[in-house]
Amino acid sequence: MKLNTLTLTQSLQKLKKKEISVQEIHSDVHQVIEEKNPRLNAYLALDYRSSEEAGRQTDTPLSGIPVAVKDNFLTVGLTTTASSNVLKEFAPPYESTVTKRLKKAGGVVVGKTNMDAWAHGSSTETSDFGTSRNPRNPAYSPGGSSGGSASAVGADLCIAALGSETAGSIRIPAAWCGIVGVKPTYGRVSRAGVVAMGSSLDSPGPMTKTVEDAAVLLSLIAGKDPYDATTSANAVPDYTKSLGQGVKGLNIGIVYMDHPLMPEEVKTSVSEAGKLFEKHGAKVDTIKLSPTVQKNTILHPDYAIGVYTVVQRSEVSSNLARYDGIRYGNPRAFFGSEAKRRIMLGTFTLSTGYADKYYVRAQQVRHLYIQNFQQLFSAYDLLVSTPSPGYAPKVGSSEGNPMFGEVVDMLNEPSSLAGLPAASIPCYKDEQTGLYLGLSIMANHFEEEKIFRAASLYEQETHWNSWK
Amino acid sequence: MTTFTSEQVSFVATLANIPLKKEEREPLAKGFTTTLEVVDELQKVDVSGVEPVHHVTGLENIWREDVVDEQRMFTQSQALANAPHTYNGYIVVDQVIEQE
Repeated sequence: MKLNTLTLTQSLQKLKKKEISVQEIHSDVHQVIEEKNPRLNAYLALDYRSSEEAGRQTDTPLSGIPVAVKDNFLTVGLTTTASSNVLKEFAPPYESTVTKRLKKAGGVVVGKTNMDAWAHGSSTETSDFGTSRNPRNPAYSPGGSSGGSASAVGADLCIAALGSETAGSIRIPAAWCGIVGVKPTYGRVSRAGVVAMGSSLDSPGPMTKTVEDAAVLLSLIAGKDPYDATTSANAVPDYTKSLGQGVKGLNIGIVYMDHPLMPEEVKTSVSEAGKLFEKHGAKVDTIKLSPTVQKNTILHPDYAIGVYTVVQRSEVSSNLARYDGIRYGNPRAFFGSEAKRRIMLGTFTLSTGYADKYYVRAQQVRHLYIQNFQQLFSAYDLLVSTPSPGYAPKVGSSEGNPMFGEVVDMLNEPSSLAGLPAASIPCYKDEQTGLYLGLSIMANHFEEEKIFRAASLYEQETHWNSWK
Repeated sequence: MTTFTSEQVSFVATLANIPLKKEEREPLAKGFTTTLEVVDELQKVDVSGVEPVHHVTGLENIWREDVVDEQRMFTQSQALANAPHTYNGYIVVDQVIEQE
């Protein structure tokens, strides 16, 4: 058996029993990277010295296992490019809080993964270093922006990975690559040292082979950080304790299934998930879409595209103003076309005479989404849906479409705009293409434990997870 | 409907400090017009009496002691390591004030 195919939890068990050594895991991971990365383009930079470091981590929670990290986390000793030519040779002088915590817990960064440049996109096709490919079928997109991490996990080019999400960037690639992704509550995981995109939205999180693996990683990286004032002081629970607790007594609402774009096979998978939760003691309702905020309905996601476009581009224009090529990086002429588009549109929506019409209006409609979720979470513990109304598209589908990402991410934008936690787990596989659909499970702020309860039950009771 | 013109693209590019080639303006103007069509849908939503969002999980001012955190400080060589142009321990910048 090739050890790169182990899950994080299996690796830790085998290491504990001394059945294998961590260097053997690294060696198998390096070997499969050499074999598959030229095609998948999951990694942009590799650190094979990592196996030496791994041997020194035996008495730590992660025991030196190899982790892939999205290339927007600053890592000392490994370039951090955010997949942009602007940062092509950038050698970070400090470490992101999340990777610092990962390393302290004994995780070893095996490489940095490809993404949409600056995380602008949902396919990795805006990367200045080529697109990544879907590990289940390389003719297809892995999704994005954390597509390199999803591809690396799906093809067993690592044991687990880190990604980040602004709206859909963990959930979409997780769904399309048939892996598990968790986008935590905004402020649960520190943004310090993560190349900023939309600062009121950005949420780093785990991308893993199983729900249990995600619970292990999230427990280690979450929590208050003095270097990110928006992190919450709420205590971080041990999320692995939620596994196996079941869904008995939980109120679950199924949402977005009456959206006109929803294909039949997605509706069927989500409805079967609902029946499964019901069988295990949850109360499950279907929640209807509504064009206005009304009790026990969910606000139509279509407006969220406009809200998200304005809020995110406005924040992008401000965050990317720092890349002036003076202190580090290349000059602004090195920005790719998508980054230029977003910076310029955001500059426009914040400019004198337009800020009220666009930015303030968008933040008001954002408030309506928050009010809607607050009302729904007064009656429900979890909302269940899909992150994507369909499978991964073929590589090349996003070209020439200025709104590709926004439409793909539509079902994730409302919850991201409200700062909610959510997970995507595999819920169907098309045997012909090998591609996957994802089930999304959303909860109220800081209620990741409920998500882990439902996600672990679903994973246990179904056969969609390919590492089972 | 908001129609974005090539002239507006040029103006916004100047504000955003984005160097653009002349032939890039027209396609950008078209793309922005398409995007703003979607955004303009927000004008139909009734937001009377709705406050704009300031923070999603309801955090208020976060304070810290006003002390130097040496762990966050760069050495001079760290601060200069990524700068493309340095001189005598300084970062070289473009001249922004005019000569007499």
